[in-house]
Amino acid sequence: MKLGFLVDLDLCMGCKGCEVACKVENKVPLHSWRLRVKYVDVGTYPETKRTFTPLRCNHCEDAPCERICPVSALHYLENGIVNVDKDRCIGCAGCMMACPYGAIYMDPVTNTADKCTYCAHRVASEMMPACVVACPVEANIFGDLDDATSNISKYIMQHQKGSGVRVRKPEKNTHPKHFYVGSGEVHLNPLASKREEGYSLFNKITHLDHIGGE
Amino acid sequence: MVEHTYAATNAVVTLDVPIPQVIWGWMITLNMWAKSIGTGVVLVGAYLLARYNDSTGESVRKNMPIISFIFLNIFLLFTLLDLHQPFRMINIFLHPHWTSAITVGAWMATVFTGIMFILSVISLKKYILKKECNLAGAYNTLLKPAVILAIPVTLYTATIMGEATARELWQTPTELVQMLLAAFLCGSAVFLLIGQKYDYEAKRDLAIILGLSAFFSFLIYMGEYYFGHMKAEEAGATIAYVKEGGLYHNLFWIGQTLAFIIPMVLAYISLKSKSSSLMMLASILAIVGLFIAKHVWLIIPQLLPLS
Repeated sequence: MKLGFLVDLDLCMGCKGCEVACKVENKVPLHSWRLRVKYVDVGTYPETKRTFTPLRCNHCEDAPCERICPVSALHYLENGIVNVDKDRCIGCAGCMMACPYGAIYMDPVTNTADKCTYCAHRVASEMMPACVVACPVEANIFGDLDDATSNISKYIMQHQKGSGVRVRKPEKNTHPKHFYVGSGEVHLNPLASKREEGYSLFNKITHLDHIGGE
Repeated sequence: MVEHTYAATNAVVTLDVPIPQVIWGWMITLNMWAKSIGTGVVLVGAYLLARYNDSTGESVRKNMPIISFIFLNIFLLFTLLDLHQPFRMINIFLHPHWTSAITVGAWMATVFTGIMFILSVISLKKYILKKECNLAGAYNTLLKPAVILAIPVTLYTATIMGEATARELWQTPTELVQMLLAAFLCGSAVFLLIGQKYDYEAKRDLAIILGLSAFFSFLIYMGEYYFGHMKAEEAGATIAYVKEGGLYHNLFWIGQTLAFIIPMVLAYISLKSKSSSLMMLASILAIVGLFIAKHVWLIIPQLLPLS
């Protein structure tokens, strides 16, 4: 079994339901996110469009975080999920330096690394991840990539034409198990959009001055 | 602004969470800098011991392990302090993960520091306290594994940087050479600073090592500076931080000037004029400048947004 994730960006409406569900399900502390939805505005008025991109751990097949972790706190489960053992983590932040997707954060409460686990605890109980359940338009598709009859496998097959099925930063050779349908450069390449510090649409675009607890 | 956007898309991030920027800061710079001194004095010291079996050699035998041990402890202390869970450091030994350069490095650095501790005890008792030391006979025996271990200990940080897949700028082969040159630069600089009474031939050798290390280090940085952007979009965006108008342009050039340009020029002049004071000045500048050069190189890849 190799669990994977797919987000159909043509369906996503940026409601952030997945983000909130993830926060609640996993008790993610303030200033930390396992899953976030990034808004990027494209075009010049009046020809403008707003894009939404949910970003979470890619559960790579060759995960740099797993490779660099000195104590195997980041490890693979049999179903392909890259899981975190918070009790073992020494907080070296090597995984944060290694992850090309910025998907790992330093939990300010426990001072250990943490990230999306595809809700491994729910999956173990044969439930879907919280973000999948919360999505009102079923833009999140989760399932077994080894099973050709699973929903995710069928979805990947059905969307081979057009913009196709893409992953983030394939050049990093990490073999992500998180796919996007309906994506373009502005969705997946952080360098394809300006990230100007300061107040924007609803919030202040900025960065964290400090990671982990004080 | 390092992003490469198109006028047609005019893409702007309008809603997002704050993202981490500098994850490894000055403590990691200090870690690398102190390790370069701790291993460099052993590598350069071994050369001096092999070449000069006189009062210079005796001075090296006395000072080398003590200086190395002090700087290795600075390196280990700040490695520990930089951890968010420093008391769990023991997990590296209880649950080692051997694909991680951090694990391999921690084990090698521990063994290396242990050897340097024994050599320091011998040196303290024999040369400084002038007492009988039962372990004195082990000095030469332990020196061999110490010199061999000094190489991977100084190099392993380059592999950690290589394993940091998110930071395109750091490529293991280049960083390996850079780390080795930093060790030779620091090692020779330290001996030039403490070796005012050394034979001129020894000081000449040290000035040559210092000058060549500075030259080749500068060459690598300039290679990255002028040609690094051709490799990948992320490398280009990172290099932009040190190019003209970049956030770290001035600090980058201060580091390059202090660590490499002035020391290699001073080393050349001092060899012509046989001036010890110029050698000392070159050494101080090299050690101070290396910290700045390494710090800039550590920080700039972390400024890029990853997602």
